Amino acid sequence: MSGCDDCALVGLHPVTTGNSAGVVAIIGPPNSGKSTLFNRLTGLRQKVANYPGVTVEQRVGSATLDSGREITLVDLPGVYSLSPRSEDEQVAHDILTGTMPDFPRPDAVLLILDSTNLGRHLMLAAPVLALGLPTIVILNMADDLKARGGEIDVQALSRQLGAPVVLASAARDEGLEGVWDFLAERSAPPAPVDASALETVPKCRAWAARLGKHASYQPPAPPLWTRRLDAVFLHPVWGPLIFVLVVVTVFQAIFAWARPLMDGVQTFITWSGNVVGAALPASPFRSLLIEGVWSGVGSVLVFLPQILVLFLFIGILEDSGYLARAALIADRTMARVGLQGKSFIPLLSAYACAVPAILATRTIENKRDRTATILIAPLMTCSARLPVYTLIIAAFLPERQVLGPLLGTRATAMLGLYLLGFLAAFATARVLKSSILKSERGAFVLEMPPYRRPTLRSLGLRLLDRSKIFLRRAGTVILAVAIVLWIFAHLPLVHGKLPAVEHSFAGRVGHAIEPAIRPLGFNWKIGVGLITSLAAREVIVGTLGTLYGMEPDARSRGLQQALRRDLTPAGAVALLVFFAFAMQCMSTIAVVRRETGGWKWPLIQFTYMTLLAYGGAFLAYRIVSALT
Amino acid sequence: MQLSGNGRPSLMELRRGEHGVLDRIDLPADISQRLMELGFLPGSPVVAAGSAPGGDPRVFRVDGAEIALRRETASRLILRAPSSEP
Repeated sequence: MSGCDDCALVGLHPVTTGNSAGVVAIIGPPNSGKSTLFNRLTGLRQKVANYPGVTVEQRVGSATLDSGREITLVDLPGVYSLSPRSEDEQVAHDILTGTMPDFPRPDAVLLILDSTNLGRHLMLAAPVLALGLPTIVILNMADDLKARGGEIDVQALSRQLGAPVVLASAARDEGLEGVWDFLAERSAPPAPVDASALETVPKCRAWAARLGKHASYQPPAPPLWTRRLDAVFLHPVWGPLIFVLVVVTVFQAIFAWARPLMDGVQTFITWSGNVVGAALPASPFRSLLIEGVWSGVGSVLVFLPQILVLFLFIGILEDSGYLARAALIADRTMARVGLQGKSFIPLLSAYACAVPAILATRTIENKRDRTATILIAPLMTCSARLPVYTLIIAAFLPERQVLGPLLGTRATAMLGLYLLGFLAAFATARVLKSSILKSERGAFVLEMPPYRRPTLRSLGLRLLDRSKIFLRRAGTVILAVAIVLWIFAHLPLVHGKLPAVEHSFAGRVGHAIEPAIRPLGFNWKIGVGLITSLAAREVIVGTLGTLYGMEPDARSRGLQQALRRDLTPAGAVALLVFFAFAMQCMSTIAVVRRETGGWKWPLIQFTYMTLLAYGGAFLAYRIVSALT
Repeated sequence: MQLSGNGRPSLMELRRGEHGVLDRIDLPADISQRLMELGFLPGSPVVAAGSAPGGDPRVFRVDGAEIALRRETASRLILRAPSSEP
């Protein structure tokens, strides 16, 4: 068979025995449980979501067999067919046919299908089996099939397909023994597929129906709970109310309920810094460690609990299937600015981080809708802005109740900033979609998956993954910026002694740009922060921590008090507005370049957002100055 | 373009809970291909389920799944005349 071609392509993998696979691809339609299976087999952290098309990157992991051998597993995007019409289908098609550059062609395929909707899902088996790669067919959600009274003769289906078939539940880790056996010793390539199944969709569906009939497939009863829940969640009155309530709850959770956790982390960082500082003799090294690293990295670490609470909520909404309903409810509103409900998921993800949001736009088939969504995503308030907002708001706004114990002044201010980003994003979308990205109102086609109970395992893996990404960033980018900044703030030496911040390199750069930012009410220290935060927004908090931490009289007062002394209320508002609009994130710029295939869009986006930030901050400073 | 060719009813004419049999899709090839993959094949029974609170998009039950379609898309999915139903 094609084994020899594969050997050459997979040369980099240690394929020692001839009959076991080196690289195995997992493919299946959206919502078939692909990512859950991937998690089961690899244990690697992976986003699982009960929403069509959340897995948009090819995740790669490794599974260890009983023999101790390692197998590389590739999680492909969820697709309904292999005819490349969307980006997702293109990626799946290219990897499976070995035409993806720098990607070895898989040696074997795990085809996962939803056993509760087999008639339609079996259609994907035709093009996948026709590839001629050794393939195992996994009929997932076996527990759900059984609970709702469905049946399937696995042996008969296996005979019909000429490939091994197992009935399994990836979420419950049931029936996966056959999959491990397949990985250990992959079977022969499948029998050739009935050529008519590959011709047209109706012929393929008829082929799938014949297979189901031969395997005595008994579809399960309709999901009653999903229908009952939809009667509430899509109710003309309750539906929108619940939608608003969900959004408000998420915000309140991030800003009020995460507070005690954040205070705990803060106390620990301050205490540990004091302990370590007291144990070391006074030296430039102690200054670097405590004032540079500890306060710089520590001021960012405080926000870990808040970011985790946000991802916990997004995870619950995604895994339960509510997010698809939210997209349905949001579609009409999105259509008003020329977008569609499918843009809602990326834009909601953008509240956590613009990078996964921009990757999630791959499910939008309409190119112009997709570009517009990519361009406005960074205006949504991502979690990296939280540290900046929280610091400034806490420094300038006393906490009072607005709506009883449910909503305080600080949460209200925060909501206002979220609204500001949201309005800017939608105004931008409107302008884009009625000018350079104008297109016909595109079709909105979205599958409503059955509601499912989110598993602790999936949510836990997701949070662990987020923590790792955040801590890695704190340990690399933010640590590096903290150290570089400390060095720049302590050199050049004046008469062999450390200089005052004002006379250091950092101070000179800050002073140099001060004339440009003076109209916004910012001083040179904020200027240094604006420059360092080009790497990532939250870096400004660490920078200010370092800059103010170095001044003896500021150290005891805390960063908030120092800021209150240095910045007028108008300047504080201007700073918030600046951060709401500016595109200060290297990762976002890099991912936009990759996803739009060039520097054109990221450059336009960066220029636009910077001008918007400067103009907005200038106006805010003028207006608030006039009012106070 | 003619409205629902020959005055035949489209999915939009189905009220909630009603069902009809799909006859054809009056849409460009790539989108009708996608709809067919999701189960909207000529001859398939389609049931009108719920909708977004404003009534658009609407949700249809077809081939064991629930699919949301916007009004203008649903109005291009033409039903068979009731008499030709089995």
